Amino acid sequence: MTEALLTVRGLTKHFPVRDGFRASGAVRAVDGVDFDVRPGETLGLVGESGCGKTTTGRMLVRLLEPTAGSIEFAGRDITHARRRELRPLRQDLQIIFQDPYASLNPRHTVGRIVAMPLQVNRITPPGGIKKRVQELLELVGLNPEHYNRYPHEFSGGQRQRIGIARALALRPKLIVADEPVSALDVSIQAQVINLLRELQRDLDLAFVFIAHDLAVIRHFCHRVAVMYLGKIVEIGDRDDIYERPQHPYTRALLSAVPDVTQTDSSGRIRLVGDVPTPLNPPSGCRFRTRCWKAQERCATDEPALVPRDGGVQAVACHFPGPDGQDSDGGTR
Amino acid sequence: MGRSESVPSGEPDRPEVPEQRSGEDPYLQVRDLRVRFDTEDGLVRAVDGVSFSVERGRTLGIVGESGSGKSVTSLAILGLHNAKRATISGEISVGGRQLVGLPEEEVRRLRGRDMAMIFQDPLSALHPYYTVGRQIAEAYRVHHPKAGKREARNRAVDMLGRVGIPQPGKRYEQYPHEFSGGMRQRAMIAMALVNDPDLVIADEPTTALDVTVQAQILDLLADLQAEFHSAIILITHDLGVVSQVADDVLVMYGGRAVERGSVAQVLRRPQHPYTWGLLSSVPSLHGDADADLVPIKGNPPSLINLPSGCAFHPRCRYAGRNGDRSRTVVPELRSAGEAGHLVACHLPADERTRLYQQDIAQVGVAR
Repeated sequence: MTEALLTVRGLTKHFPVRDGFRASGAVRAVDGVDFDVRPGETLGLVGESGCGKTTTGRMLVRLLEPTAGSIEFAGRDITHARRRELRPLRQDLQIIFQDPYASLNPRHTVGRIVAMPLQVNRITPPGGIKKRVQELLELVGLNPEHYNRYPHEFSGGQRQRIGIARALALRPKLIVADEPVSALDVSIQAQVINLLRELQRDLDLAFVFIAHDLAVIRHFCHRVAVMYLGKIVEIGDRDDIYERPQHPYTRALLSAVPDVTQTDSSGRIRLVGDVPTPLNPPSGCRFRTRCWKAQERCATDEPALVPRDGGVQAVACHFPGPDGQDSDGGTR
Repeated sequence: MGRSESVPSGEPDRPEVPEQRSGEDPYLQVRDLRVRFDTEDGLVRAVDGVSFSVERGRTLGIVGESGSGKSVTSLAILGLHNAKRATISGEISVGGRQLVGLPEEEVRRLRGRDMAMIFQDPLSALHPYYTVGRQIAEAYRVHHPKAGKREARNRAVDMLGRVGIPQPGKRYEQYPHEFSGGMRQRAMIAMALVNDPDLVIADEPTTALDVTVQAQILDLLADLQAEFHSAIILITHDLGVVSQVADDVLVMYGGRAVERGSVAQVLRRPQHPYTWGLLSSVPSLHGDADADLVPIKGNPPSLINLPSGCAFHPRCRYAGRNGDRSRTVVPELRSAGEAGHLVACHLPADERTRLYQQDIAQVGVAR
């Protein structure tokens, strides 16, 4: 197995909540998350709102300061690296944002937006910055002659391509993509997914791909981590997660997706209630309040993320697998 | 119209109407609806000659991308367009009453009572300053001027309970910010249904929600429809939601209807190249995950400067197949073979079937 490009251990982010001037608790947005990303690999982080997937992504590129845990990128600990130390690493580690309207400066031309990472890092590519920017625009399927246009002259899908070109400017090794297609229309979404897949293959990029849409994740990722209330509940290869989900939450999530090919929804697992508040998550297993398999033990022991049958798929559940064989359970 | 005074329990006086299309007139009939906005940049033809109908107890899904005119259509039905800005022509008949040209005051009386809307974003549709219960009670009292405060309150609490909000009496006193996203959407639905409307328009009702909560809300809408026997229009961009909830589908593109029919007809035996494009560009949980998606090339059209002829022709793979017709003649919606299935496309029917079998049926979710 190749060495990991990104190693995340026990990553935690708590946002303090103040009641007047007194700290009165913390939103436990991310609460001890472990995963690795190998070079050229795409890892999907999927979950519902409030599960901590975006917070995790922002910590990876150090837009947020982790409360605890460690992030190791290309062999270096970047958990608390300072700005100056981070600068050379930022070249290898880029982010694509969800909203193609808010993430581009409306007063800058496309050329300037895409050139910015080069200028900030004082890099002059062979042939000059303009030539490189035009190559990048072409790479993401935009007309290089649109160099002097402003973001408002482009549609949502095209703007997202500009954001992608900017992320690629420094030839990164890893891109964190936070819901890169969820603001786009269906027909445009497919264009952008295909573009990202193509770039991933051609440039051998690693991705941490954050999305709430399970079908989008399935079409893009090699491996998938399912998050719930700040924890990873299940992680594994794409086919294992989609064909043989073990955690009750993964199963419920997959069965809740309305699929065009299905008209019958009778076999669906129906979860009751909403996700509890991360301010005061349930004791033991955080999913137990909505889980149909929950037993006494789930309220007291927090299940660890353990590999199933020595494989690569790991599940944090006392009673994983299909219904009806609950009794064997996990051993710890 | 045989409106019963809203009886909370059971609706015993409503006759059992069979599932199939019966002899009764559809509750909502829209004919040749056109909505135009005069802007500085030019005339926007947001809706350009759309016709459809919805019977009681049935759900019509309106599908399209941004700018297709789906939301403008629903706002026109509810009479929510500013008369100074929008020019509306055509016919909209709700329960036999003609709405286009009706004085604002009369439309207002129908709105909320005979027809109601569920919006996408419940946080901006609910007033943050008033308790949820008070807003629902007020919606009831507007249309039941004789109802006292207590009666309106009881009705609101009852509705909150009926949409699955636990402890409705306590929740009545709370403000929108104290509700979670799913609970807020339930409260919105309670408000829309408080006057027992015969027509409910839900504009992307679950788009802002998580999938597990979306499943709950879709179930709730289906249950409430079975109970109240209302006609529902569900506006969405999500073909999966339509497939699961709707009986009929209307596909819109550039302000026009391009295909119409039952869910089975439009989603399983689609006839319009745009519908094909939508189906093959949606990522699915089934099928080959490694295969590339098949997107529709280009971007949705500008409504100010709509392409000539068939508005879809610049993005259509098959546009050149019948000479210049796609570029010059606007295709009319006509029968696609099966009863009730209509399509607006110049391709001859047999060629469409052949192309579908050959190019589309094998790939993606259109399988």
